[in-house]
Amino acid sequence: MKRRTIYRHKLLPYLLLAPQLAVTLVFFFWPAGQAIYQSVLIQDPFGLRTQFVWLENFQIVLTNPVYLESVRVTIIFSTAVTLLAMAPALLLAVMADQVVRGASGYRTLIVWPYAIAPAVAAVLWLFIFHPSIGQIGQGLRTLGIPWDYRIDGQQALLLVIFVSAWKQVSYNFLFFLAGLQSMPKTILEAASIDGASPRRRFWMIVFPLLSPTTFFLLVVNIIYAFFDTFGVIHALTQGGPGRSTTTMMYRVYRDGVINLDLGGSSAQSVILMTAVIILTVVQFKYIERRVHY
Amino acid sequence: MPSITSPILLQVRRLGVATLIAAFALGSAFAQRVEVEFWHGLTQPLGGLLEEFAADFNASQDQYHVEASFRGTYPDTMVAAIAAFRAGNAPHIVQMFEVGTATLMYAGGAVKPVYELFEETGVDFDPDIYIPAIKGYYSLPDGRMVSMPFNSSTAIMWVNNDALREAGLDPETTPLETWDQVRAVAKEVVDSGAAPCGFSMAWPTWTQFEQFSAIHDVPLATRANGMEGLDAELMINSELHVRHVQTLLDMQAEGSFTYGGRDSNADALFPSGECAILHGSSGLRARVVREAEFDWSTRMLPYYDDVPNAPLNSIIGGASFWVMTAPDRTDAEYAAVAEFFNFISTIENARRWHVESGFLPIRFGVFEELEAEGFYEENPGADIPYLQLTRAEPTENSRGLRLGNMPEIRNIIQEEFELAIQGQQTAQQALDNAVQRGNVVLRAFERANR
Amino acid sequence: MTSIGQNRWLPHVVLILGVIVFLFPIYVAFIGSSHDAPTIARGEMPLTLGPHLIENYTQALESGEGARVRGTPALTMMRNSLIMALVIVVGKISISLLSAFAVVFFEFPGRMFFFWMIFITLMLPVEVRIIPTYAVVADLGMINTFAGLTIPLIASATATLLFRQFFLTIPDELVDASQIDGAGPMRFFWSILLPLSRTNIAALFVIMFIYGWNQYLWPLLITTSRGMETIVMGIVKMIGTGDAQTDWQLIMAVAMLALLPPVMVVFLMQRWFVKGLVDAEK
Repeated sequence: MKRRTIYRHKLLPYLLLAPQLAVTLVFFFWPAGQAIYQSVLIQDPFGLRTQFVWLENFQIVLTNPVYLESVRVTIIFSTAVTLLAMAPALLLAVMADQVVRGASGYRTLIVWPYAIAPAVAAVLWLFIFHPSIGQIGQGLRTLGIPWDYRIDGQQALLLVIFVSAWKQVSYNFLFFLAGLQSMPKTILEAASIDGASPRRRFWMIVFPLLSPTTFFLLVVNIIYAFFDTFGVIHALTQGGPGRSTTTMMYRVYRDGVINLDLGGSSAQSVILMTAVIILTVVQFKYIERRVHY
Repeated sequence: MPSITSPILLQVRRLGVATLIAAFALGSAFAQRVEVEFWHGLTQPLGGLLEEFAADFNASQDQYHVEASFRGTYPDTMVAAIAAFRAGNAPHIVQMFEVGTATLMYAGGAVKPVYELFEETGVDFDPDIYIPAIKGYYSLPDGRMVSMPFNSSTAIMWVNNDALREAGLDPETTPLETWDQVRAVAKEVVDSGAAPCGFSMAWPTWTQFEQFSAIHDVPLATRANGMEGLDAELMINSELHVRHVQTLLDMQAEGSFTYGGRDSNADALFPSGECAILHGSSGLRARVVREAEFDWSTRMLPYYDDVPNAPLNSIIGGASFWVMTAPDRTDAEYAAVAEFFNFISTIENARRWHVESGFLPIRFGVFEELEAEGFYEENPGADIPYLQLTRAEPTENSRGLRLGNMPEIRNIIQEEFELAIQGQQTAQQALDNAVQRGNVVLRAFERANR
Repeated sequence: MTSIGQNRWLPHVVLILGVIVFLFPIYVAFIGSSHDAPTIARGEMPLTLGPHLIENYTQALESGEGARVRGTPALTMMRNSLIMALVIVVGKISISLLSAFAVVFFEFPGRMFFFWMIFITLMLPVEVRIIPTYAVVADLGMINTFAGLTIPLIASATATLLFRQFFLTIPDELVDASQIDGAGPMRFFWSILLPLSRTNIAALFVIMFIYGWNQYLWPLLITTSRGMETIVMGIVKMIGTGDAQTDWQLIMAVAMLALLPPVMVVFLMQRWFVKGLVDAEK
């Protein structure tokens, strides 16, 4: 990655880096440090009384069945969102790859939901799934299904999964399509001459060749499900009914902002940070092998 | 009662403070008004009414200027006020809902109790002008008032008269005082097809646990519902509480009760005609008047008639005004706050607020005046909340409650109640879990605030 | 997938189904924004255009207040969102260009250390450290300001990494030539590097504009006055508890207004955006 020709200046490179570093230090390292510091304190919301409690906040959080339940919800939620966002995207990408005419038109019509904020996506679907005024909500009730996601926890979870996945399909579609289109056509043609059926061809050749993209998307989607879906949950269910849609991220918000438990919520932040760092390290270990800077 | 509203007295007090400011020689004290920042959490149209009071106060004198601004829902306002306090620029006054009382009361130096405010500024103020159920909620056990009551409501029962008639019941004569009667009517309504839902409730924790305990004179928590100390523990798994949840579960099983969701979610079920009977806030009135396309009435909350002492008074909801501190706050600013509080507590203003907003008449004199003028005959049922709130001398169990992290406790109770409604646990299990989880939250609050 | 006929039509059928699933909610929202509140509240909204379209959008844009909803005028919220998105875009792109330039074209002590310092910010989205970041912003007195709304979000490594990767592909000969001409590093940056980076800048513009416009949790915490609300958070506030009886026609009008700008950006800049997205994330 080294260049042959480079500039030698004593001060200039530091000046160039300064804005980025300043913002990173003040709004990244400082708060991250604060989170770690806050996580070993018990403090009242006004910051008037502070006690140092070592790792007690972590102990409280990790032995709290309510928190463990949010871990369980997060696992179910992010697995379902990831699968539901990736499988249709792959299907659509494979189809779009086969279309000769109108391919870019389809792409345009499928790509745009990427631009919608998760919270806005939630509002759109809320209007459709609303039990008494929504088109589908009413329809379900007419069919005799007691649809009301505000009361039924499973329905609530299904709805937030569906909306979160819906918004993410277009993103995955783009990457799958790019992956498919960069595939060496000669291999596919060779396989097709061998008489392999299209289905067999897909699973034996195309899918394995797509695995770097798939793996990358897997990580991205999990991170999306962890964090970016906050808006969906906040707009649709606020974590309820019961605790059926309270994910770890939502718990951080609830405990930190609504319940004003700064120590506990910081401990949860630190736990989440650790999880993301592990995920990212795994991702980059893998990508490092594949892509050389 | 001393006539604290006499214009001459007001004039004298104002002069006193003005001299004080002059004495402090704060530059052009006479030209510049003392600014007071006031954050409130009332949406339209109530927020606009509230802002009118500030405008009228500003117009009534030329020393102080109160700037009232809307800061989102009460939880949003609370978070904003705390952040502002930590950054050293808290608003002078913040409006906070009743469940935030404990958080602010234990906020130590962040909040200036109103009794202290009035003592220090020398402004005359008599807390006894407020009706006991309201004064008690916002006072220390020894009667010193910590926050300024303003918009108070209570829970009442909303009844769809047309639905009752359609079910063959005469709403004028059918008794709806006890739970047995409410249950029977709700069942009749559903069985006859007069409405798809017989009975439901908004604010489940508030109406079915907090109000329920007060009315039946049973404790919600030890230490006088937390009024007497931070070490209170929940007591909602008592025999009576379990019996009540079981009643609701039985009603759900027979179809006469439909759960309508958390917080104010179920409010919509009454004006839309979906539920014939709803337990909800008295503050729902304006909406029911505007939206309900049927004949309706209000009643007091029902009780179990075999419980001794029942029915007692209900307790309040709504919000009060808190005075916040900041490092650079001056005496003149506190004086301005005290004068503003004095202004809103007059009979005229309390009366105007009650009539225009539908919140309770919070001080003595207002209800009597309006009753004498026939206001409640023109607005039938508008007196029910006040009568229910004042129907007994408040006991330890019906004075109010002061539990730390109350928003979270309300949520916990709702969550466990919801699990029981979904059939995942029994009434006893739900309440045992709620008590156990709620006590964990109370202990955490106790620890952080000791 | 055995016969040729199926092969020819199947992709179109699947793709059209997909497009319908994507378009349906927008269509319903648009229809919803053309009816009046009672029609929607009664659950009788047809799937055809209603008579109140202009009225509803005028109301949403100018007052944001309905019978039950107390919102902020959508015009104000869109202005706030636009300022937020643009400041984030410009801020991110400028500081990333500069820092990538420093890391790629200079040799100086601590180069890799600083690079990793920036790189590590990739790992923690703002949501994870939201509460402490909020506390920092509160300590700095930046609550309810555009500075507080945008500057913390400018700290991100994605753009720096993308520019770095692109700069590495610039042939050494170009740098040599400019040095022979006697041009200093900043001159090289302005007259050669920046014009060459146009495509990448355009791509990042789209991605970061969407990122900025769609922020939700951060503005929810940072803005405490209605005049500062952004449209994405404003709309969620408008729903409240999601009653049937609320001003759905206004909410849907605001929803359409909230999604229009980012969708337009994607439509108009699709070519760069697709390239940028696929490059940026890899």
